[in-house]
Amino acid sequence: MTIAEIVKERGCGRENLIQILHDIQDATPDNSLHEDDLDELASLMNIPVADVVSTASFYTLFSLTPRGRHIIRLCESPPCYIMGEENILAAIREELGVGVGETTEDGTFTLETTSCLGACGVAPVMMIDDVVYGNLTEEKVTAILRGLAAQQEVA
Amino acid sequence: MPTPRTYVMVPVDADTVVAGAREIKNALSAEIGRSGMADEIQVIETGSFGPINAGVIVAVQPDGVVYGNVTAEAVPEIVEEHLLKGRPLTNLILEGETPVPVPESADARHTQFQGRIVLDNCGRIDPERVEEYIANDGYFALGKALTEMTADGVIEEVKSAGLRGRGGAGFPTGLKWSFCAPEQADQKYVICNADEGEPGTFKDRLIMEGDPHKVIEGMALCGYAIGATKGFVYIRGEYKLSIERIEKAIVAARVYGFLGTDIFGSGFDFDIEIKLGAGAYVCGEETALIESMEGKRGQPRLKPPFPAQSGYLGKPTNVNNVETLANVPAIIRNGGAWFKNFGPSGTPGTKVYTILGHINRPGLIEVPACVTLREIITEYGGGMKSGDFKMAQLGGTAGDILGAEMLDVPLDYDNMQKAGHVLGSGAILIMNETVSVADFLHACMKFFLHESCGKCNPCRNGLNYLVEVSDRLKQNGAYEGDVELMAEVATTLKGAAFCPLGQSPAQPILSATRYFKAELEEAIDPESVRPKFEHTSVELAELTE
Repeated sequence: MTIAEIVKERGCGRENLIQILHDIQDATPDNSLHEDDLDELASLMNIPVADVVSTASFYTLFSLTPRGRHIIRLCESPPCYIMGEENILAAIREELGVGVGETTEDGTFTLETTSCLGACGVAPVMMIDDVVYGNLTEEKVTAILRGLAAQQEVA
Repeated sequence: MPTPRTYVMVPVDADTVVAGAREIKNALSAEIGRSGMADEIQVIETGSFGPINAGVIVAVQPDGVVYGNVTAEAVPEIVEEHLLKGRPLTNLILEGETPVPVPESADARHTQFQGRIVLDNCGRIDPERVEEYIANDGYFALGKALTEMTADGVIEEVKSAGLRGRGGAGFPTGLKWSFCAPEQADQKYVICNADEGEPGTFKDRLIMEGDPHKVIEGMALCGYAIGATKGFVYIRGEYKLSIERIEKAIVAARVYGFLGTDIFGSGFDFDIEIKLGAGAYVCGEETALIESMEGKRGQPRLKPPFPAQSGYLGKPTNVNNVETLANVPAIIRNGGAWFKNFGPSGTPGTKVYTILGHINRPGLIEVPACVTLREIITEYGGGMKSGDFKMAQLGGTAGDILGAEMLDVPLDYDNMQKAGHVLGSGAILIMNETVSVADFLHACMKFFLHESCGKCNPCRNGLNYLVEVSDRLKQNGAYEGDVELMAEVATTLKGAAFCPLGQSPAQPILSATRYFKAELEEAIDPESVRPKFEHTSVELAELTE
């Protein structure tokens, strides 16, 4: 769907902006919002582009820089923290060779940290795209990442 | 189809989906079909009834057996041994868990499930079938209100029940509704705050996943009471299954005429739409939530005007938490006086808690709002998993840290207030002696710094200081007076920050310095000296000019 079509479907009132940003980002292969798309959106919705960018940059689910195909969101809230989140973060960094907010060179993974995902019962927790993984250990997280990377190669 | 002799219930919620609950459910259906028992045994997908962190859970009723950590390999065995031959597999039974009782096995009733108001259907019905909700008195309250009660009557009933907001602040719900009701406007709104982001809190998620129609009925009742015809559920973008179930529930409610025009032939119109959040803790604050719904940055507004006068798109708006709204149908059905039978006089009703941390049975519980921390740990949490109790954080990261002294104080709004604490959103994090207070405070402060919206100076800058000081305490390199400094900055935030997010870092800090001052002071390094503040030469030149 083009941006014009998305705006037409959702309506051009300001109150639809966040939903539209979700739609645009979901349709963009690198999981981010591009400057020229936001320019176009601003003129279609008749909102200053600064307002659009300011809204988009406020929320953690939106990114203004290109991201990998899979987005890893590791929860760093206190309930996960006391269950060993720091070790999991270290394991992911070592496996992927990237820091928080960075994307692997091959564009497969972007590593992010997030606040509570509401799955504290199985802490420590991470979410990769739409899937939540719980009771993480260093071995488990490494296996999950390798599994996803292998799938990527097959595809 | 004849009435099944046995029901196999598989809770499918965000936790169990991860462990493969849907696959197990399908495997059970297939295996039961292969054994020729498809007519006798019904497999039902339900929401969570409490236990978490136990893999895929399967409850067999009316036998009252709960299996945990069920794998695909165990499925044929369950079907063959238990369902066919009637011999439960003892090795898979989840210790200490009883399923929500069905009428046939009322004797299996466990204290855990007595007096559930909000979670009474969770784990017992298929959340995706409105018929099952209806069969459990669902939408009865809405019908009663629309055909027998006036809008004011509904508000009076909620007021007489003494229901208080379950989002954390504990404001009387009936009173809040009565602010919005008399406002004259062409459009009013009801908003269900499902932006659950308080670390450790996931009760709203499990309510939406386990019994979504209850939330919808509560919203419709609120709409009728305050004269609103439009409702929104503002859900976090991360809560995929909640979004899916609420969406399905809205569609089903429309089909049955519980939403739409002329509901129950009363002339009352009401419809609901979902609005997605995009990841911002501060949007749990009601005015920030409204800003976000309007497509803006989620920064809180100056009050007054309150949302009841000028909320979403400038119209009178009432915002309530998921759990609050889920209490309303039962109140209208049974009356305010009935509701008051539960819990202490100052906090009638029950409270849904999520208990986690170093305990044996983390999970979701609904208890009268007067149990003590000790009861929660021993009776509901199955005792400490390892080590001894050191502290608990009550109400999520924005909540107080309590020491062992507080184990026997009843957890209700009034008693906690008397002790100088807040009850918060319902998360209870239990920690043993392996967790250092400074370390934990540092994690809390990092969370707040990340989530600060940047609108006001005390929060934006103060949290940087708090992260810095708590980091020094964590590293055992604190300066003399750092504990006092931390408390002072926290107190400033409490008084000067614009919204509850900025005010709440004071809760963990001031309570921790109260119960664990000695431990925090151990982190002071007598060798390290606080650097003196000095002006640069440029600044000095400017000052002397």
